[in-house]
Amino acid sequence: MIRLQYFARYREALGTDGEQLDWQDGFATLAALRDHLLARGGAWAVLAERNLMCARNQELCGLDEPLEDGDEVAFFPTVTGG
Amino acid sequence: MSVRVQTASFDPGAELNALHAAQLGIGAVVGFVGYVRDYNDGQDVAGMYLEHYPGMTEKALAKIVTEAEARWPLLQVEVLHRVGALTPGEPIVFVGTASAHRQAAFAACDFIMDYLKTRAPFWKREDTAEGARWVEGRDSDQQAAARWDQ
Repeated sequence: MIRLQYFARYREALGTDGEQLDWQDGFATLAALRDHLLARGGAWAVLAERNLMCARNQELCGLDEPLEDGDEVAFFPTVTGG
Repeated sequence: MSVRVQTASFDPGAELNALHAAQLGIGAVVGFVGYVRDYNDGQDVAGMYLEHYPGMTEKALAKIVTEAEARWPLLQVEVLHRVGALTPGEPIVFVGTASAHRQAAFAACDFIMDYLKTRAPFWKREDTAEGARWVEGRDSDQQAAARWDQ
């Protein structure tokens, strides 16, 4: 299972702050997981943004990051704290 | 190291004094305070909401401080960031660094803010006359952070 979280503008665009997905062998990387979500169409296209940031198990990472069953993944727009 | 994420306001002067009080070997303390402005990107700002990623936020800030401690001889570091609803004039963030001599404290404070702006999971939503809007990331912040990699 993958625990997904969405923040800020993405959370609003998607209408949810997260979900749990059953593990699939095709989820080799965060990019593959994102492709799975983009295939839903509609508002999910927001995850195709160039400035998208992501984290695996609460650590910033790239989309080429490998994924494992049980991971927590977050997708969010560019951070704007400080 | 002290990393705090809180909704409550704080007194920047008290935070600065507490840093120095930690030990008498400290000869230099540098503090940065970020405040909510009443104007941004051509519009008046009535208020702001700061969203974050509970759990990751604290880890990300601690990682940034650890990296600063590896680069400079720091004797004390504090990072305090607020979340939730804020109004113009209120402090948002405090970064304080303490060292024996000024150079390390100045550089580390600058570094921590640059990394915080580009790597810590906070998002600002501003309230304007035309409604709420999410603040977009700035290229200048990315460039400022990138200069530490050179």
